[in-house]
Amino acid sequence: MSFLRLSDLDKVYPNGFRAVNQANLEIREGEFVVLVGPSGCGKTTTLRMIAGLEEISEGSIEIDGTVVNEMAPADRDIAMVFQNYALYPHMSNRENLAFGLKLRRMPKDEIERRITEAARSLSIEHLLDRRPRELSGGQRQRIALGRAIVRDPKVFLFDEPLSNLDAKLRVQMRTEIARLHKRLKTTMVYVTHDQVEAMTLGDRIVVMKDGVIQQVDSPMNLYDSPVNRFVAGFIGSPAMNFFEGSLVRGRFSCEGIACPADESLPEGPAVLGIRPEDLQVQPGGACLGEAELEVVEHMGHETMAYFRLGTQTGVARLSADFPGRPGEAVTLYARSSSWHFFAPGEGGARLLTEETKTTGNAEA
Amino acid sequence: MREPRLLTAVRHLVLLLFVGIAVYPVLNVLSISLRPGNRLRSTDLSLIPDNATIASYVQLFTEQPFLTWLGNSLLVSVLVTLTGVVLASVGGYAFSRFRFVGREFSMLAILTTQMFPATMLLLPLYILIAKLHLVNTFIGLMIFYTATALPFCVWQMKGFYDTIPPSLEEAARIDGCSRFQAFRLVILPLALPGLVITALFSFMTAWSEYIVAAQVLQEREMFTLPLGLKSFQASMSTEWGLYAAASILVSIPVVIVFVSLSRYLVSGLTLGSVKE
Repeated sequence: MSFLRLSDLDKVYPNGFRAVNQANLEIREGEFVVLVGPSGCGKTTTLRMIAGLEEISEGSIEIDGTVVNEMAPADRDIAMVFQNYALYPHMSNRENLAFGLKLRRMPKDEIERRITEAARSLSIEHLLDRRPRELSGGQRQRIALGRAIVRDPKVFLFDEPLSNLDAKLRVQMRTEIARLHKRLKTTMVYVTHDQVEAMTLGDRIVVMKDGVIQQVDSPMNLYDSPVNRFVAGFIGSPAMNFFEGSLVRGRFSCEGIACPADESLPEGPAVLGIRPEDLQVQPGGACLGEAELEVVEHMGHETMAYFRLGTQTGVARLSADFPGRPGEAVTLYARSSSWHFFAPGEGGARLLTEETKTTGNAEA
Repeated sequence: MREPRLLTAVRHLVLLLFVGIAVYPVLNVLSISLRPGNRLRSTDLSLIPDNATIASYVQLFTEQPFLTWLGNSLLVSVLVTLTGVVLASVGGYAFSRFRFVGREFSMLAILTTQMFPATMLLLPLYILIAKLHLVNTFIGLMIFYTATALPFCVWQMKGFYDTIPPSLEEAARIDGCSRFQAFRLVILPLALPGLVITALFSFMTAWSEYIVAAQVLQEREMFTLPLGLKSFQASMSTEWGLYAAASILVSIPVVIVFVSLSRYLVSGLTLGSVKE
């Protein structure tokens, strides 16, 4: 049963800009769903419509079986964590946590109990009597998390909560949020532009672009069988390599590459997508041809090799001991199982073989 | 790093010079108010004259309707301040947060009113007040004052609200506030410095205004302080002692208000210049 349901959701601004276009999404109770996409893709607008901070132009939103389109944010029983924390600066942190509960006329001892419990789980007991401005960014975000937790809402909404934190703290808070979800088992909707956050946190990920939902799937399915070139390029870091060429009678060819492909794929211009980690220099799989190394980055645990294949460029994720130097030529091989073919163009759809048509992508 | 002593000395000398220029007239008025009789000019340069007396002050309270004028002024100023603050706080909020038809035009119109000298508005506003039969009433005067002070106050408050992130009231609304509760419990407390400046501006507009009051109020009993002051100045003789004593007394409330609110004033003027 779906707990949070978006049906044919549209958001059109008065100036005619369509921020969200026919969004349909069903979220189960207790699920952690991440909305991800480049800036301006409509993910934040969607979240704000769920929160009730943005009017719905068309379509409907249901929470726990009730259509909430006309309901004030206060009555939707949701809690939200903002990118800039949005703590009330004129109140102590304890008052920040208590604010929503006091408004709901909760008994004093119950408020106290909830604050104590939330503070303990977030290790913020010692910060409660200070003001938000006396805290660091990470501490402020903990208080903001606490303010959401004490409410014990039906749905948690997160609007890029980690993007104002430095890299190290971001990783730490990310695991903390994951742990929080494990413990509370409350429905969470999380917006981010960071695909690593999306992959690590989400039970399911919603990839959006230009107001349109591209794909809704589990992290691994998204990674293994993206429905189009946009999703393929957005998920994964470094991004998937794309080579433009054409499919003719079971062979994909472009300048510098000629390799066999499934014969059931439609013929014509096509884009070959290979993830950097599926490329290797040891013989094995299909040989792509000779590439010229342009930049070699040693990361310690691995090596990123940026190469040129004919007129096209790409990157391969190789082992740490890869000895190649810029300017040298290497022969690249690709594991054939990991190939993706897309229709030409920026958002070209995934080309399906007879096999994938019937299995993996039935949903899409 | 410490600056050279000579530079400090010069800096202080210049500052002292300007303080002197600013304070001299006030001290002079104080001196006149303490002289016995009605002596404007004196060769005596001492601040407190040898035969200093507070006779002028006593006379103000005993023989002149100074207390009535003070009451009138306080009544008008406080009411104008209250109306100004209430209207500007909600009006400025609407301009800052809501996007409605005519918003741009109204803001421009408000700004435009500031381009006309107040004296130019005197005649049309007087006709308006006369037609409403509000001449020689405090209500008429208050409408006048509020109408002239409000545009600036609204604009000022809008600027203040603009510096408060909208996510704060969004958080409040999600926490369970209605739109108005979010405004009252979260936004207003944060806009306090702005409210103080607005209050101060409204108060000063009403407290020290002369020309409009002179048109609207016609009985001596109804006078506000500036009008009362002027009434000591007759075509043949002027009661300089009374005039000076009253001037000193009139400025005291303003000084008190300024000093007690200066904390907000400074924080208010610098708000928005610092990244939170």
